[in-house]
Amino acid sequence: MTKKRHQELDLTDEQVLEMYKTMLLARKLDERMWLLNRSGKIPFVISCQGQEAAQVGAAFALNRKEDYIAPYYRDMGVVLAFGMTAKELMLSAFAKADDPNSGGRQMPGHFGQKKNRILSGSSPVTTQVPHAVGVALAAKMEKKDFVSFVTLGEGSSNQGDFHEGLNFAGVHKLPVITMVENNKYAISVPYDRQVASNNIADRAQGYGMPGVTVDGNDPLAVYQVIKEARDRATRGEGPSLIEAVCYRLTAHSSDDDDRTYREKGEVEEAKKNDSVITFASYLKENEILTDSVEQRLNDEITKIINEATDFAENAAYAQAEDTLKYVYEEK
Amino acid sequence: MPVMSYIQAVTTALREEMQRDKKVFILGEDVGKKGGVFRATDGLYETFGEARVLDTPLAESAIAGVGIGAAMYGMRPVAEMQFADFIMPAVNQIISEAAKMRYRSNNDWSVPMTIRAPYGGGVHGALYHSQSVEAIFANQPGLKIVMPSTPYDVKGLLKAAIRDNDPVLFFEHKRAYRLLKGEVPEDDYVLPIGKADVKREGEDITVITYGLCVHFALQAAEKLAEDGINAHILDLRTIYPLDQEAIIEAAKKTGKVLLITEDNKEGSIIGEVAAIIAEHCLFDLDAPINRLAGPDVPSMPYAPTMEKYFMMNPDKVEKAMRDLAEY
Repeated sequence: MTKKRHQELDLTDEQVLEMYKTMLLARKLDERMWLLNRSGKIPFVISCQGQEAAQVGAAFALNRKEDYIAPYYRDMGVVLAFGMTAKELMLSAFAKADDPNSGGRQMPGHFGQKKNRILSGSSPVTTQVPHAVGVALAAKMEKKDFVSFVTLGEGSSNQGDFHEGLNFAGVHKLPVITMVENNKYAISVPYDRQVASNNIADRAQGYGMPGVTVDGNDPLAVYQVIKEARDRATRGEGPSLIEAVCYRLTAHSSDDDDRTYREKGEVEEAKKNDSVITFASYLKENEILTDSVEQRLNDEITKIINEATDFAENAAYAQAEDTLKYVYEEK
Repeated sequence: MPVMSYIQAVTTALREEMQRDKKVFILGEDVGKKGGVFRATDGLYETFGEARVLDTPLAESAIAGVGIGAAMYGMRPVAEMQFADFIMPAVNQIISEAAKMRYRSNNDWSVPMTIRAPYGGGVHGALYHSQSVEAIFANQPGLKIVMPSTPYDVKGLLKAAIRDNDPVLFFEHKRAYRLLKGEVPEDDYVLPIGKADVKREGEDITVITYGLCVHFALQAAEKLAEDGINAHILDLRTIYPLDQEAIIEAAKKTGKVLLITEDNKEGSIIGEVAAIIAEHCLFDLDAPINRLAGPDVPSMPYAPTMEKYFMMNPDKVEKAMRDLAEY
């Protein structure tokens, strides 16, 4: 009997089902946040939709107990896989005091949680790349075998910090994996008005590291290349650049109207490759996602999201005076 | 007690901190084998090796950003900007990232990093090797900015900066590097960040300044003393956040205040010092608050005539102090 694709990657049925569950949870949480936004309950949403396969496939290839991640604002799939809960993400969406990312200080999507080794992020894009390189430098100096993993969009790969960070990592052969989630748009500007090279992965050549373009709608393909990159890093062979080609299925954010710059037909076409659907098909073909399992998963996720929403909506905001806290260390 | 130069105090503090704590490391341009373009890291590469005295690619945003990442992990990076003028590409990392990390993560993450940079003019450095850049960073809560004036203060404050759990910008006056010498104890002492220091007691006028200008004021004060004018001199040492209590006390002491900076006048540190005095000392003042500063031109020119015109010196300071005393 020929091995199935996930078995060739040494992934068990349980593991791929867990991957799917994480993707679906990210998608459904994101959809709920849009509903909450459109009903006036939360001020802002920035989406992961269309990028879940890349995010979850990559995260599962890392050591989720030891590796450090510097995610960007769309990476709900990554942070869920690294231990942030639906409840915590909803607390962030509602800007409540117990939001572990920022205590309600930052907009949603600005992830950070020390206990899960999720570096805090900001809004000026690409600043996280040198941070991940710095963590990798620490790993090398301290002779630890964890790696750091940093993500960004293709538009962000034009920033100086991308160049400075990757070159630094290349020169010092640091264990850092950079994954560009190429979703084809930087807000309204398409790839060919952003990037002069045919693909993002080609840029790796200038930094002395391997560059790989992978189908970002295929979580198993992404898993494979990130796993290989991680193996290289822990063998002391240095950094890698991975480009996961996806498509942004929503507008840039809840404040954007993408009808002003892209055709509806293009989005409809992309939805045919929606990884949440295509990966479900793969799991069904292989009798991992049976009807009863699917029903159970859906029920479970609906329950998780309902509970998270209610919990976060009813949670307390920070006190007004908390504005003044934590500018400097408080002894 | 050993006498050493201002730059030797920098090197001594770095060496002692690297010996004390293995998490402390240096990164920057030419800091390794060469020991820095000013030789501030002289000999450290030989003692501590390449990994802890790291020559980085020529890219300031990465120096700051990689330092931030390492600090978030738990290292204690001391980053060197070769000249304060070249810190500009790193401003986003310093202001958007380092300064806001603790606040934006609700105290979850922090950046215990020191960024050292030589600033200031009077060395034929022209526009881009002479600037005072502190005002750019001095309205960024989350940052601390230290600008020491003596070798003694350099050692104690640099050690404090490295041990601080928040990001500290440590600006060293490049002309002071070899010009100034002083006694520096061999023991392991730390001076408090955020505290100004009275460098001379006096009753007639108050001078508040920082960095190299402290010495110009001290030199001028000796001349004025010959004429019976006694100047009180407060060295800010930390220029952000300011030591308000010490500023108010020093202003009230004489009621006549001269504020000095080598930086351009408008929008400089001393404008904020003036505001603090205006808010708290109105009825204690016997003269308008005086400011002596560089002209409002982009930077210090190369030609000696123009450089001298821009640069602060003891004569300019003496004249301003005398004028105030006679007010």
